[in-house]
Amino acid sequence: MSLLVAKGLSKQFNGLLAVDDVSLDIPQGQVRALIGPNGAGKTTLVGLLSGRLPSSGGKISFDGRDVTGLSAHKRIAMGMAYTFQITSIFPNLPVWENVALGARRVFRSATEADRKVEAALSRVGLLDRASEDAGDLSYGHQRLLEIAMGLAQAPKLLILDEPTQGLADGEVAAFNNLIGELRATTTVLLIEHNMDVVMQVADFVTVLNAGQVLFEGTPEEVQASAAVQAAYLGGEHAEA
Amino acid sequence: MTSEVRKIIGLHGGVLAILLLLQFVLPAYHHGNLARIMVLATYAIGYNLLFGYTGLLSLGHALFFAAGLYGMGLGMTQLGLSAGGALLLGVLAGATVGAVIGALALRTEGVAFMIVTLMFAQAGYLTVLYFGAYTRGDEGFVIQQADRMLWGFDLSDPSNRYFAAFVVFAVAFLAPLTVLRSRFGRVLIAIRENEERAMMLGYDVMRYKLMAVVLSATLSALSGAAYGLLFGYVGASFASVQYSIFPLLWVLLGGAGTALGPLVGTVFMFYLIDLSSGITTAYMLIAGVVLVCLTLFAPQGLMGEIRNRFWRWLP
Repeated sequence: MSLLVAKGLSKQFNGLLAVDDVSLDIPQGQVRALIGPNGAGKTTLVGLLSGRLPSSGGKISFDGRDVTGLSAHKRIAMGMAYTFQITSIFPNLPVWENVALGARRVFRSATEADRKVEAALSRVGLLDRASEDAGDLSYGHQRLLEIAMGLAQAPKLLILDEPTQGLADGEVAAFNNLIGELRATTTVLLIEHNMDVVMQVADFVTVLNAGQVLFEGTPEEVQASAAVQAAYLGGEHAEA
Repeated sequence: MTSEVRKIIGLHGGVLAILLLLQFVLPAYHHGNLARIMVLATYAIGYNLLFGYTGLLSLGHALFFAAGLYGMGLGMTQLGLSAGGALLLGVLAGATVGAVIGALALRTEGVAFMIVTLMFAQAGYLTVLYFGAYTRGDEGFVIQQADRMLWGFDLSDPSNRYFAAFVVFAVAFLAPLTVLRSRFGRVLIAIRENEERAMMLGYDVMRYKLMAVVLSATLSALSGAAYGLLFGYVGASFASVQYSIFPLLWVLLGGAGTALGPLVGTVFMFYLIDLSSGITTAYMLIAGVVLVCLTLFAPQGLMGEIRNRFWRWLP
């Protein structure tokens, strides 16, 4: 069964077509990676899916319901969780409270919310820093905190925008494990530049180029595709 | 955590106890001042809820204060309500005006929100003048001593008045303290800290902001209604822009986003003007210099500085 279906989605910014007639179908339980060169429209696309940006055309349905006209907070209340590409946390509030704000909306019982906060924080390895102000964490830890804020909502769909950017190697490995554990319960949509992460965690990959879907397939198929290599892997990342 | 809660209860309960006991020791002049300060601090608390905790800067709160004041005053003179009924009408008027103005003004943000609230308050002020036949405009009207009886207490009597002011203040003081520890209050703080993130955690930011405006307006109206009832006068100057700026000043001085800040700021400002006007007729000059120094050296306000330097646990 499909959890998220987008049909003919587009977004114009002053005449510039950032997302151009994109259709996506993400089945329940899948880890889907969204890749593409810079400026391909990846962040704009997840902005449309989460409702952060109004779409210029197309239809989105989530969990069997048409959500095209719903505001972002309503979509999130339906079980989407969103983490920002540019870290967006509550820097003046304790780490615990950052995550608790996510959990309390979903779990009305205080003890249950506390349990979810504790679980989410220990999953990303930040439990021992729970009482510190979030703004005092290092950049990498703030990225992990954002992931914990998403996890604590126990979402049906977790949207992660470049979560491994700025993480140390060991933290990237821990992130891969984390996604592996989530697989059983959560559908994940992941924007990722690190191809090693994509190869390890993704079930299926959508390649975006110039606002359009260039290719879709398993990670192996994507690596083998000549078109993708021309647009993306063979481009700026050839020597990396 | 628990020791923190104990400290918070100790400090704020202690402040209330001191205020309650001061009435037995203060000389008549300061006794009267403190009653006035407690009612005005209630206004500051209402303002702080929106400005200090939710992060919305309104320049039109005089409208809510005046809604309470005139709701109470006109309820008495025009509808013949008793003191209790008139007080209730004032508070309801404030809540209603808050809901309507909030729904309109919250369509804007930042500077535009400040301007829109300022304009609505000016419109309110002009409305008071326009209906001079009922409000008696700038001149205002006096609430007769005979009408200032609440449950058998004569509110023009200084000690009754002090006690009534204390009750109003205590309600306003304790309500936000509990609200802000609740789930609702924590969302307000989250909106202040990062509105977009709060929205992207699934909170209906607009609804929370509207509820904050209504709550803030209700407390401001309670203050306005109590002020008219306790001090016996209802006039248009209370609806003027000056009364929109006062609570902002009090809260900034005392410490925005602190529970004690509104009281501290109101006391400070009240006595700053009181003492400096005893020294010179150019008392606003002294007040101005002190205010500039405070903004330079204690930009977080008095309680905000205390929180930063000594008491991190201060709510």
